Amino acid sequence: MSILLAASVASILLALAVGSFRVPIPDVIAAIAGDAHTMGADVVMKLRLPRALGTFACGGLLALAGALMQVLLRNPLADPHVLGVSGGASVGALLSLLLGASITAMNAAAFCGALLAMLLVFGLAHGDGGWTRARLLLTGVIIAAGCAAIATLILSIAPEQALRGMLFWLMGDAAHISNPWPALLLLIFGLLLIWPFARELNLLSRGDQFAQALGVRVQSVRILVYCAGALFTAGAVTTAGSVGFVGLVVPHLVRLTTGNDQRVLLPAAALAGGCLLTLADTLARTMVAPHQLPVGVLTALIGVPLFLYLLTRKTAATRDMG
Amino acid sequence: MRLTVRDLDVSIGERVLCRSLNLGLQNGESLAILGRNGAGKSTLLTTLAGLRPIQRGSIDIDEVPLAEIQPKLLAQLRGYCPQQQQDAFSATVLEIALVGRHPHLGRWAWESMRDVELACDALDQVGMRSMANRDVHTLSGGERQRLALAALLVQAPTLYLLDEPLAHLDLNHAIAVLDIFSRHVASGQQALVAVLHDPNLARRYFQRTLLLFDDGSWIEGNSAEVLTQDNLTRLYAHPLHCLQDGAQQWFVPQTDSQVAGDIQQSGVK
Repeated sequence: MSILLAASVASILLALAVGSFRVPIPDVIAAIAGDAHTMGADVVMKLRLPRALGTFACGGLLALAGALMQVLLRNPLADPHVLGVSGGASVGALLSLLLGASITAMNAAAFCGALLAMLLVFGLAHGDGGWTRARLLLTGVIIAAGCAAIATLILSIAPEQALRGMLFWLMGDAAHISNPWPALLLLIFGLLLIWPFARELNLLSRGDQFAQALGVRVQSVRILVYCAGALFTAGAVTTAGSVGFVGLVVPHLVRLTTGNDQRVLLPAAALAGGCLLTLADTLARTMVAPHQLPVGVLTALIGVPLFLYLLTRKTAATRDMG
Repeated sequence: MRLTVRDLDVSIGERVLCRSLNLGLQNGESLAILGRNGAGKSTLLTTLAGLRPIQRGSIDIDEVPLAEIQPKLLAQLRGYCPQQQQDAFSATVLEIALVGRHPHLGRWAWESMRDVELACDALDQVGMRSMANRDVHTLSGGERQRLALAALLVQAPTLYLLDEPLAHLDLNHAIAVLDIFSRHVASGQQALVAVLHDPNLARRYFQRTLLLFDDGSWIEGNSAEVLTQDNLTRLYAHPLHCLQDGAQQWFVPQTDSQVAGDIQQSGVK
């Protein structure tokens, strides 16, 4: 955990220092401390700091949401996008881009879309009171598919000049982050809210009836987990677009190294997700500078080999043990 | 602790599995539930555990309806071990055993050394202490079953509800498990209800037996009185023999050839 904390700080510092205009690390620290008024300090404080903190928060939120969805659906393949929340967000965002709205309006539209999808899935899956996992998953997948269809429709009727912005949003893009605080606060308070329930989540991941027999209020905890996961996703997609992969892979990466105790897993996943996304975004804006890549591409490019490596290492280890 | 069941109907959909059941059980008593596949044994057990809503009738622990007991308090009063264990995610054997401490810990508390000792002790009882660091996914069916029973021992409720606890166990472990739970019952501090498939084990280890028939009727009473050749033949819809070995009685199913009135029958008396 302390290693992860150190890595988080390091990744943010690196994100602040590196770019088309290099700022040495000591100057970065001086700029944050507020006793430097050079151009470097301006770049760090006004441009890079919001972006670095914003991406960190998004990565953390996505990883946290992914970990929660995996417990809620008791399915290792679940990720934050599986329940249609980011689908709703993308419809909202694309619609506002189509209408030529400002960035603030687009964020608001994305958030509204996410909330709408969340309520829709919740309402439909809840329906007659029977809230089974399969029903929730299917409803989420269907709503996500519907949103994807609408998004494609918008893409196909969109004018040329709006298209690029839309595609970047869909792939996940941190370039338009101007205010990192909503996402950051959501991450901090969300983690504080959900962490006390971590031991109950451990039981829930082993089966609803099992958890209920051991004294967990299954229905209420599940609703809490669903709402938290959906809100985290909504917060993340609103800030940085539909970044894929972080939410699926980071919880697994952490699980492979720290085990499956949610009390450790949740905070560790939040930090690791933040690190990964910050690093990916730093790479995304420096690799082909002055052009910028969508960060979602980079998360996949970093995440896939890392995950495969850990997976093979783990299976080799279990084979040796057996 | 006293479990009281009054006029309870257990049904799935339109089908009534068990009609107006009356039952009382207190510490120091054990009850076996026998019946054919699909007769409603497991459904009754989950209903007794408070994991299924009650359609008609009532289940009380110490005269308090199950539904009104706080979930956490209820988990200290009764423990339930299902037939099948589900592991979507990996965990070590010790972690699973420690799960039983959940109802005894506060929201902010972590498992202490004392909790780990309790878990190790329970693993010891089911002969799995040396496997404490194994991944649950590497366990065999029988080992997984024993681990689930160890977690239940860690939970240490007053009332044990076991659904086919012996299903995957080989002979020595089955007897060891029955011995462990019988000791708990004999201490007079705990009570046991278990779904079984073997009338002979019910007779040897359980003071009382409940027979659930397919038509929703039931018979409950002292094992020695309830477990008769006639009742069991009716229960399983298959003729059984009773073998006498001193004071012990053994029930064995007749084979097809015996049913047909084969001469082998004269060999079994």
